[in-house]
Amino acid sequence: MQPNRRRWISGSLAVVVTMASHRLLRAQGTERVIPVVARKFVFLPSEIQLKAGEPVVLEFTAPEVVMGFSVPELKVRTDIIPGQVARLRLRPERAGTFDFLCDIFCGDGHEGMAGKLIVTA
Amino acid sequence: MGNESDRPWLLDRRQFLRLAGLGGVAFSSALTGRASLAASSQTEFYFVQLSDTHWGFNGPAVNPEAANTLPKAVAAVNALAVQPDFIVFTGDLTHTTDDPAERRRRLAQFKEIAGGLKNKNVRFMAGEHDASLDRGEAWSEFFGPTHYTFDHKGVHFIALDNVSDPAARIGEEQLAWLKADLATRDRDAPIVVLTHRPLFDLYPQWDWATRDGAQAIELLMPYRNVTVFYGHIHQEHHQMTGHIAHHAAKSLIFPLPAPGSQPKRDPIRWDPTQPYRGLGYREIEAEVPRATYTLTELPVAAG
Repeated sequence: MQPNRRRWISGSLAVVVTMASHRLLRAQGTERVIPVVARKFVFLPSEIQLKAGEPVVLEFTAPEVVMGFSVPELKVRTDIIPGQVARLRLRPERAGTFDFLCDIFCGDGHEGMAGKLIVTA
Repeated sequence: MGNESDRPWLLDRRQFLRLAGLGGVAFSSALTGRASLAASSQTEFYFVQLSDTHWGFNGPAVNPEAANTLPKAVAAVNALAVQPDFIVFTGDLTHTTDDPAERRRRLAQFKEIAGGLKNKNVRFMAGEHDASLDRGEAWSEFFGPTHYTFDHKGVHFIALDNVSDPAARIGEEQLAWLKADLATRDRDAPIVVLTHRPLFDLYPQWDWATRDGAQAIELLMPYRNVTVFYGHIHQEHHQMTGHIAHHAAKSLIFPLPAPGSQPKRDPIRWDPTQPYRGLGYREIEAEVPRATYTLTELPVAAG
């Protein structure tokens, strides 16, 4: 495996993912960084545009309460803790639209806290 | 319970369900109205499941009768010709609120209304709306432990809490408790598991799952007669994981769409031409020797 490939863990589910808390990693090199704010009860942005094969880092903050970010179809998720930055590195390998949601109950409106990863070829 | 020959409708229904070949667990929908069961014996009984009452919910577009729906359900159960052996509420007794005082007010009101049930053998469970914002603290003040077991006429009931953790985990401690409880059971023992969320991944995109539910199912799998009754998804739903049947109950506040049937899980709007459509509760008739359960879905009557 090439050194620049070692950061990526190959999976069978269309994305390559590593997750890191602020203690472990900061966004590295050429990866596009996409900030995402999780607040009651919306992700901003709620639609995240990606390109297949492009490595990106999603940087999450939650100014109010603990939130979760989960893309069930891709089997990736992270907690988002107020005062910390949660980073989710991924490289989608195929085009498609993948629903994401907050998977930590956060109040009246939690059920509508969702969005889409839109991956184009 | 009386002789089956006294109740030809019941015999017919059972024959039909056996023909359906549903893995040893029978269920039906709207095949009959009120159960006309005779007095329970030691091998047959029935209980009632009510779920997702969301007391305190305010949303006229989806239920303009929110303040009346739970009382109507209580009245409907009280009017059953034969009272069930017991009643279980499978969570989301109240609608969530950030205000701890308001949460307790809603729980107290719910408890007072549920106290109007003629049958005083009532089991309560928490849902995420009740318990996830304070890890079950307020709920437990009113109803006690969030996970527990009880036995009824040879059936072992296990109430699992998959909501006090806002991340929808049962948790290692409770899983160990479940494992220890199951270790004392015969592999053929009739076991009924009560939960709020589905233990399996019904539709995680809508948060219809339990993050470590697969571990609970793995613990239950060696037991040959396990059935799960749950709520959370506000609709009737039946699914098998191996030989274990999982039955979701309707809500008593608003129905939700079928899993993945539309982009968002928005509640189904109230239809004034069909008030209370999609809401209801169920009777569960247990036939203990065969560990079969016959489900009858009942509506909340208008008027």
